[in-house]
Amino acid sequence: MKNKARFLAYPYMVWMVIFIVVPLLLVLFYSLTEGNIKDPSSLTFSLNNYKRVFDVMYLNVIWKSFKLAIISTICCLILGYPVALIISTIKAKYKNIVLMFFLVPIWMNFLLRTYAWMSILSPNGFINRLLSWMGLPTLSIMPGQTAVILGMIYNFLPFMVLPIYTVLSKIDKSVLEAAMDLGANKLVTFVKVILPLTVPGIISGITMVFMPAVSTFVISQLLGGGKELLIGNLIEQQFTVQRDWHFGSALSIILMIMILISMAIMSKVEKDDGNGGAPRW
Amino acid sequence: MVKFLKRFYLTLIFIFLYAPIAVLIVYSFNESKSRGYWGGFTFKWYAELFRDRDIIKALYYTFLVALLSSIISTVIGTFSAIGIHNMGLFGKKLALNINYLPVLNPDIVTGIALMTLFISVNMRLGFLTMLISHTVFNIPYVILSVMPKLKQMDKNMTEAALDLGATPSYALRKVIIPQIMPGVITGALIAFTLSIDDFVISFFTTGSGVTNLSILVYSMAKRGVKPSINALTTLMLLTVVILLLLINKRTTKGDELIP
Repeated sequence: MKNKARFLAYPYMVWMVIFIVVPLLLVLFYSLTEGNIKDPSSLTFSLNNYKRVFDVMYLNVIWKSFKLAIISTICCLILGYPVALIISTIKAKYKNIVLMFFLVPIWMNFLLRTYAWMSILSPNGFINRLLSWMGLPTLSIMPGQTAVILGMIYNFLPFMVLPIYTVLSKIDKSVLEAAMDLGANKLVTFVKVILPLTVPGIISGITMVFMPAVSTFVISQLLGGGKELLIGNLIEQQFTVQRDWHFGSALSIILMIMILISMAIMSKVEKDDGNGGAPRW
Repeated sequence: MVKFLKRFYLTLIFIFLYAPIAVLIVYSFNESKSRGYWGGFTFKWYAELFRDRDIIKALYYTFLVALLSSIISTVIGTFSAIGIHNMGLFGKKLALNINYLPVLNPDIVTGIALMTLFISVNMRLGFLTMLISHTVFNIPYVILSVMPKLKQMDKNMTEAALDLGATPSYALRKVIIPQIMPGVITGALIAFTLSIDDFVISFFTTGSGVTNLSILVYSMAKRGVKPSINALTTLMLLTVVILLLLINKRTTKGDELIP
């Protein structure tokens, strides 16, 4: 049985090669060539696409993508950790309901929710109407970086809270009681016991927020008003507007490599703590 | 005091989470078409919603693709997970690592990579390419949720079944599948949710005439979204809340809500 059952995976092995490995190799191939994609014989090997990335303009975009993603990730952690902590202390009876209503927004369409922020933040949107009605000066958040960061925090906050909550809810209560018995107060218990135990949750939360944040092009497009270009926007433009697949592919490969490096660093931090590296929710 | 602070903080977070949804709901009853102006209460956008062919078509494709791709990926994913589970150490590691790629890769890279593949082999972008792409990114999640259940399963069970005269396929149907069912259901649910909410991968892998809800909203957002979309949001919220309340009533353990 053991030997026969593995044949069940063979069709998927073929599928993986066709739809996962080959497409990525194609992107790598296009990133290393120049010429007309419609005419394969015109393609020549070149590193120019990668050289172009090192233009100051593009480097700035990449830097900004990382900066905004890091800021949003930190904000999500600061805002989200207490949420996870609070939800984990709620009485079992109400916990499900609170948790459920925390999850409802992610079940609504991501684009719709981001679009809704446009109605709230735009120059004649909800917030500014409220402010001018109260006789206060209006804000010009959107379009701009603040709006993009806000949109990222809004969309990715649940992905920070869920893994932390999952780890918190699995902590053995007797460990906390032991800490209390040994004379630790609530603050000490938190810093010395709870916080270290939730590191794996924090790490997977960070990766789950950082990765979509650094590669998004929708949030920056809608809330940045097309002015706040991120690497995701650059890639999208190369494929849909500029039709420069070679440069777009080079940018994608660079994005991939940078994310892989960040995740390798992250999993190294986590390794010190024991557990494996899979997302935990 | 601490209790008050906790409640206050949680309330603030909930206001933040629901503010945009509340705004859309309020606007869905707004007589005026303009977003910033209240022209009185109306139900007309709800009536318009059901007459809007673009929205109905987008909804149709959203659900069709989500349904088909989650069924296909659950079937392929479950069998593949059983297969991978029974592979040698090296093959298992290799398969799982490649399987991880679509999970680890940013959506946009998966999207353009698949688009590149389809265009390179001269496949016309449209319904089929979108369905394949959704299946490609769904299968890994199904495998990832089935694998832990396979690991938990007692190995002797299958052997006992075989010793008692069950054929391998009978053992698969009557012993293995029932035991890993919770993982399979979680996988199917994740697949369905991911598919229904997807924008980036669909955006790159679909062609003219085939749009899902996300693509429709994206293309509308620049020119101004039709108010009937707000009506749709309200109905969606209502459906999700009712469904979740029903599920919540049936399950006693809340942790199951999280896949």
